[in-house]
Amino acid sequence: MSGPSLMDSLFQRTLEDLIKGLRQQLIGEQAFISKALEEIRKEIKSTDLSTKSTALLKLCYLSNLHFHDMSFAAFHALEVLSSPRFSHKKIAYHAISLSFHDSTPVLLLITNHLRKDLTSTNEFEVSLSLQCLSRIANVDLARDLTPEVFTLLSSNKLYVRKRAVAVVLRVFEKYPDSVRVCFKRLVENLENYDPQILSAVVGVFSELACKDPRSYLPLAPEFYKILVDSKSNWISIKVLKIFAKIAPLEPRLANRVVEPICDLMRKTGAKSLLFECVRTVVTSFSEYESAVRLAVEKIREFLVDEDPNLKYLGLHALSIVASKHLWVVSENKEVVIKSLSDPDPNIKIESLRLVMAMVSEHNVAEISKVLVNYALKSDPLFCNEILGSILSTCSRNVYEIIVDFDWYVSLLSEMSRIPHCQMGEEIENQFIDIGLRVKDVRPELVRVARDLLIDPALLGNSFLHRVLSAAAWVSGEYVEFSRNPLELMEALLQPRTSLLPPSIMAIYIQSAFKLLVFCLHTCFVRGGSTAGVSASASYESFDDLSIENGADSTVAHGQTCTSAPITNESIVNLLKLVELALSPLLGSHDVEVQERARNLLGFVDLIKLEALNSSGQEENESERKGVEATKIIRLVHDAFSKELGPVSLTAQGKVPVPDGLTLNENLGDLETICGDIELPSSNTFSFGYPSEEKDVLSFSNLQIKEDSGQSNESTSLLAEHRKRHGLYYLPSGKSEVISNDYPPANDPALQGDNNDNASDLVKLTAESLVPKRKPNHSKPRPVVVKLDEVDEKPVAVKQLESRDDSLSGAVRDILFGSEDILPTSSRSNLPNSNRKGKKKQHMITQVESKENVVDDGNSSSRRRKDHSHGKERRHRKKNAEERNETDRKEKESSSNHPRRHKSRQRAEEPLKVPPQTSVIPDFLL
Amino acid sequence: MGIRFILMVNKQGQTRLAQYYEWLTLEERRALEGEIVRKCLARNEQQCSFVEHRNYKIVYRRYASLFFLVGVDNDENELAILEFIHLLVETMDRHFGNVCELDIMFHLEKAHFMLEEMVMNGSIVETSKANILSPIQLMDKAS
Repeated sequence: MSGPSLMDSLFQRTLEDLIKGLRQQLIGEQAFISKALEEIRKEIKSTDLSTKSTALLKLCYLSNLHFHDMSFAAFHALEVLSSPRFSHKKIAYHAISLSFHDSTPVLLLITNHLRKDLTSTNEFEVSLSLQCLSRIANVDLARDLTPEVFTLLSSNKLYVRKRAVAVVLRVFEKYPDSVRVCFKRLVENLENYDPQILSAVVGVFSELACKDPRSYLPLAPEFYKILVDSKSNWISIKVLKIFAKIAPLEPRLANRVVEPICDLMRKTGAKSLLFECVRTVVTSFSEYESAVRLAVEKIREFLVDEDPNLKYLGLHALSIVASKHLWVVSENKEVVIKSLSDPDPNIKIESLRLVMAMVSEHNVAEISKVLVNYALKSDPLFCNEILGSILSTCSRNVYEIIVDFDWYVSLLSEMSRIPHCQMGEEIENQFIDIGLRVKDVRPELVRVARDLLIDPALLGNSFLHRVLSAAAWVSGEYVEFSRNPLELMEALLQPRTSLLPPSIMAIYIQSAFKLLVFCLHTCFVRGGSTAGVSASASYESFDDLSIENGADSTVAHGQTCTSAPITNESIVNLLKLVELALSPLLGSHDVEVQERARNLLGFVDLIKLEALNSSGQEENESERKGVEATKIIRLVHDAFSKELGPVSLTAQGKVPVPDGLTLNENLGDLETICGDIELPSSNTFSFGYPSEEKDVLSFSNLQIKEDSGQSNESTSLLAEHRKRHGLYYLPSGKSEVISNDYPPANDPALQGDNNDNASDLVKLTAESLVPKRKPNHSKPRPVVVKLDEVDEKPVAVKQLESRDDSLSGAVRDILFGSEDILPTSSRSNLPNSNRKGKKKQHMITQVESKENVVDDGNSSSRRRKDHSHGKERRHRKKNAEERNETDRKEKESSSNHPRRHKSRQRAEEPLKVPPQTSVIPDFLL
Repeated sequence: MGIRFILMVNKQGQTRLAQYYEWLTLEERRALEGEIVRKCLARNEQQCSFVEHRNYKIVYRRYASLFFLVGVDNDENELAILEFIHLLVETMDRHFGNVCELDIMFHLEKAHFMLEEMVMNGSIVETSKANILSPIQLMDKAS
């Protein structure tokens, strides 16, 4: 392809042509654009700068609005940049700011262009290049152009100086050492009375103070002056942001500042400033009672305002207050509750957060009731938002606020029946978690699980499948609490279980297995096959038995609840039912389902042959066979009756490494052996076998009473047991869609009476929010098993980024260093990251000497009021700098400390900051 | 940085101006704009102008057929940003005279320059209409 000819340039389409053309395309827009791009690619290679710049401009347009890559034009943009014509330059800078980023390869080539324009006499060129620098500066650019930016910081053209101030932020961020050069001048600009400069410089400081507030405490007097004097709302807002960050660090400062802020709050007519005052007070001055009261007054005005924006912000402010002053929320609860039915989903969510903030041990039941009612009539999105926040609030800190677990378990089941509920997975986890942790709730848990399992309508809702799987597991695991195991068995084997995904189906079958073993055990083992054994009697015997066998004795409690008698006939029926329900599953395509079905049917065959067929025939025969069957049943039952406890995720760490096991050995060949074994999906907790592991683990904080004595089960049964629970965490597969011919559970249309109107709800919550009202707990809170390691909130030790750190380190050095208190050890490592070595060092010294000259020139504009003091300090500072310089050179030549080590030293620097009293200016005292 | 990006989007959801103060790839931009437009354009006049998105907030306002969307950090003052949007519209109005979507389409780079006068590095540096417009007009004359 040859370059464009003169004709091409003459008839080049302008940007306007391009846009007009685009507007006329109704369908073939893509084709038009790709044609235009082709033209641009040709034109941009032109030697004529006008043609080139027009092409670049068009490319910018397409890139900005139509997402077309323009990285190919990076070099061309640089070519246009070198044009002497301002209009070309403008386009080039526009293109560069839009498209360049840290990994643009030609970024290195731009340094000289920028330097040239930064020193230009044309203020617009300077401004363009500053603007560009603020967008694309990387470490190298920031380092190399620091001197130019420094010079511009005191430019007498306001237009340029303002932009230089703004660009400093990016330069500091990318190259923290520039702080040493530019910071003083930046601070000087704080004293400028021109609102343009002030607004820029305050903006920079508010960003800087966000990252590391402590470093900027010494500048508090300047900020205070701006706060009191400022006429511009924009500036006031920014200064307030600074105070919100630095005031909490220094009580005397807060004392001083809180009054002006309240004044501002009373006087200002601008809502934005008012809101900023409110936010500042509630976030950073929450211990000043009167200020908070004033802020709350203003918040209330916001809350009752027609404008949804103000309402939203009012709620938002309330949620900030809520953490420290809950009374404020209770005072405004009516508005909050009413907002739950606001037309705006954002307001609804905000008020939901507030309602959740009000939840405590005493009112959790009432609030949950109200919210569940709300969830019933909300749209699916908000409904799940509500359910999610109930679930997370109630389970916080291992169910900290739940006293009545029976209630909570039934709440869980109620929530899972809400038609829009999509929180199945979370409910499932909590069902199992509670089952494992709270022993006292198990009878109720089994009852709730039974209600869920027995309802055929629920099987049609695929969101509920996870809940059902938990219910099935619970009813199998804690079957001894069941009132009527036979009924449960029917529920587990009902025909509609075919709607379940295979992984959950497998859990159903396994639970059926456990149920069956339990029934057989109750019926036979206790003492032959006496017909009409009252289950309660059998239950007690089971209890005794389990103690005899050394099985977990804590499982069973005196209270028995089984009511339906288990007779021989019922066992026969049971076995028939199992056979009937499971035979079709022998041909299942899912291996888990098929295998479990086979296991269970095999067991049934065994029992049937051994025990039932012979019953009623020859006495001796049946006795002999019965004994064998009893033995089998007892073995299997033992295997199942072992209790599972929660195991800490960090339990593995407590296992001592056995002698002769080298953990560091290369396991490379392991991959070839078990390459096709999939890792089990991880979960929040894992199951383990306390009694199996107790010889290696010290379960010091596990409150489960562990049984002693090994059980007598065979290893094959153990393996079976293991497999059974491993299965529980199989990833749930595809959900089959089968037409649902049952009416959906909990149809909102059928529940008109549930739709209490908002005022009722307000009343209800109003009652529930009265703190003095304490529910009379009929029973004490049950023990909740906790594992310290897992349940502790992970302490997020936030590591400061090294870059920020070095930035604040440098700032500290400037501000605190002027007092010359820092120990030399920490000072000496500050000016160290001169990545360019000697040359760079030279530059800094040059700049610094220049800076000193300037300082001497206008010492009247120092920020300190008393001259002598300031001067003295400055001299000291100068001395310190000189000493530093020599110090550093010595260090540099003598030691070769790796940089990493130094940066670590730097991270420790905050510790070496001198005591506050010395840096807080007298004015605060 | 207070302001992360400024978008102007028309009723049909087409981007008319996009200014980012942190680098995003084209793909990230496309995804982001798609999500935001879906979220904000679905809202009506009675709903508030603030939308939480990912880890920041979007403050938006509608003028005729054009939506002005500004993505800001969470602790940025929402009402101030609304005022900023209004200022931006007034400034453009003064410059173009009864500004409309077409003005911004045909003078995209000029709209960018105006924004650059007002915002640098994600923080607002200039709020006076005269101060914003005078360099623009001078630059027009110069070229």
